[in-house]
Amino acid sequence: MTLDMVQDLLLAILGGAVRVGTPFLFVSLGECLTEKSGRINLGLEGVLVFSAMAGFGGAYLSGSPWLGVLLAGCSGAALALLHGLLCSLNRVSDIATGIALMLLGAGLAFYLGKPLIQPQAPQIPSIALGAWSASPGVQSALAINALFPVGVALAALLAWGLAHTRWGLVVRMAGDSSDAAKALGYSVNGVRIAATTAGGFIAGLGGASLSLYYPGSWNEGLSSGQGLIAVALVIFARWSPWRCLGAALLFGGAGAIGPALQSVGISGGYYLFNAVPYALTLAILVATCSTRRAVKGAPMELGVLK
Amino acid sequence: MSAAPRSWHAPAEALLLPAGALTAALLLFGLFVWFGGHSPVAVWLLLFQGAFGDAFSWQNSLQRAAPLMLTALAVALPARAGLTLIGGEGALVLGALGCAGLPYLFPGLAGTAGSVAVLAAGALLGAAWVALAGALRQWRGVNETISSLLLGYIAIALFKHWVEGPMRDPASLNKPSTLPLADSLRIGPISPEGVLGDVHWGLVIGLLLCLAAGLWLSFTASGFALRVVGGNARTARLVGLPTDRLVLLACALGGAGAGLAGALEVAAVHFAANASVIAGLGYTGILVSFVARHNPWAIPPVALLFGGFAAAGSLLQRRLGLPDASVLVLQGFAFVFILAAEALRGRLFQLPMPALAKLRLVAVQGRPA
Repeated sequence: MTLDMVQDLLLAILGGAVRVGTPFLFVSLGECLTEKSGRINLGLEGVLVFSAMAGFGGAYLSGSPWLGVLLAGCSGAALALLHGLLCSLNRVSDIATGIALMLLGAGLAFYLGKPLIQPQAPQIPSIALGAWSASPGVQSALAINALFPVGVALAALLAWGLAHTRWGLVVRMAGDSSDAAKALGYSVNGVRIAATTAGGFIAGLGGASLSLYYPGSWNEGLSSGQGLIAVALVIFARWSPWRCLGAALLFGGAGAIGPALQSVGISGGYYLFNAVPYALTLAILVATCSTRRAVKGAPMELGVLK
Repeated sequence: MSAAPRSWHAPAEALLLPAGALTAALLLFGLFVWFGGHSPVAVWLLLFQGAFGDAFSWQNSLQRAAPLMLTALAVALPARAGLTLIGGEGALVLGALGCAGLPYLFPGLAGTAGSVAVLAAGALLGAAWVALAGALRQWRGVNETISSLLLGYIAIALFKHWVEGPMRDPASLNKPSTLPLADSLRIGPISPEGVLGDVHWGLVIGLLLCLAAGLWLSFTASGFALRVVGGNARTARLVGLPTDRLVLLACALGGAGAGLAGALEVAAVHFAANASVIAGLGYTGILVSFVARHNPWAIPPVALLFGGFAAAGSLLQRRLGLPDASVLVLQGFAFVFILAAEALRGRLFQLPMPALAKLRLVAVQGRPA
């Protein structure tokens, strides 16, 4: 491997970190909000697939990528609302509901998305941050998904909102002590349903980023576990929206290794490199979890990590 | 005006709730296809015809039910130990890889002993894979649902790497496959001349293992201990049960089931490991186990039902031009309703029934003036 190749590889991974990491960012922010309210939504994997299909369909039919993004968010919110309502029933576990939603989201997306496999939809524009450079490699690495800055702003908004607003306090209270929330006269289920739905909307934007930017088409293999990885990322990010951003970029970079290696002509072990994000997620979970104590920063009501 | 619980309430609920949930799912599915411009009645009829309409569809349903029974066990056994572990898909593809791979290591394998060896290789790999998720939870506190799903994706990546790389049969051009399994290693149909047609021995294996798993849980000391662990892990530890070992045992046995399912898919259906094995059988197994409430004896009929739906899916596709994912949608609806029905358990016969209650009031107090 020559120096040039290493440079190309690093550039490709850097650019890929943002490109591949954007869906991770949205899903992990959505999950972060959901989990702050004391519920886990494993179904964001289903939300991601479904909203990717809805976003693509919306953009294709309306001709505007931004209407597609909006539709993706709304369809994600609708599916997450179902999760919130189901989990509010007696004796219904949020983990099992998440699994159901994963299957339902994928089923609905494949069914309704069948006619969308062939056509091309208008894409989300990219922001050319690399225009200063003459090198096409740098330019393509720094052409950034226009949704990415939205995600960064959302992370800032969430971090500020959860810490400094009344709404944020209520959400955190529902997640840390449902008794306290009840004592103050808030409906714990209501707060959780609202947080889950809002989280689904945010995750839906990640779906739009998948189908309308990178890879930028709709097919049935579009999302394979990104939603799930993002759920695990929240544990790694210890429920901080800012750390979600860092984690999403890290995982985007890990996910970009496979395609980057292929782009410089190394194709052996392609599938193994594609599995790196899953293995990395698992390794991080093993490193951060413990049977003796809850993970630092975890919402107290989150049964899944007790 | 709620009735006191009677002894027949619990068994009646055990039957009525899943039946009601599945009916609701079918109704909603009818509504769903109606929005797409298809006649719901035609769809329901085709679902029944494709699943249980004639001898051929029965064969098809039974054949698809066999792996579902085994992958459902991979969810049910850990669930009885208190784990929501859904690694069936990963265990299944590794089982298929193990079954197809063993002859690479031992080219001399042949006959019944060889068949047993390739199936055992699949079961062992599956057992190890699911037990890994169980071990991570017991010793590191890693959420087993997430880790088992991640392990599933890793397993599929490993499968594709080996099948399309080192183990690829050079003769398989369009569809990368491993070398076909030797004839003597294959598992044949139970009675090729009889009514059962192509239905292979996997069905018998699945039935026997579900039966055995139920017997183990209900009638042995270790099975009882496992249910104690699942009911209340702290109590189990307090009375000195080997919690970790029991949980790992349940995971390994369940994983062996799913691994065996993958091995059977290779040995009895596809005769080589290729992408056809990754057909979501592990995911459907989750649903089967949940509908059966993780009771091994209830798994075979439920697996038959969902095997039937899967068989009918291709008929829906051929006759009405519905997408092949229509079965997935039906499964998703069924899953949601099954979970929602849980909320009614123990209260189905306690629900206020306004009309009935009024009648009774009238009977007791006489006609209000």
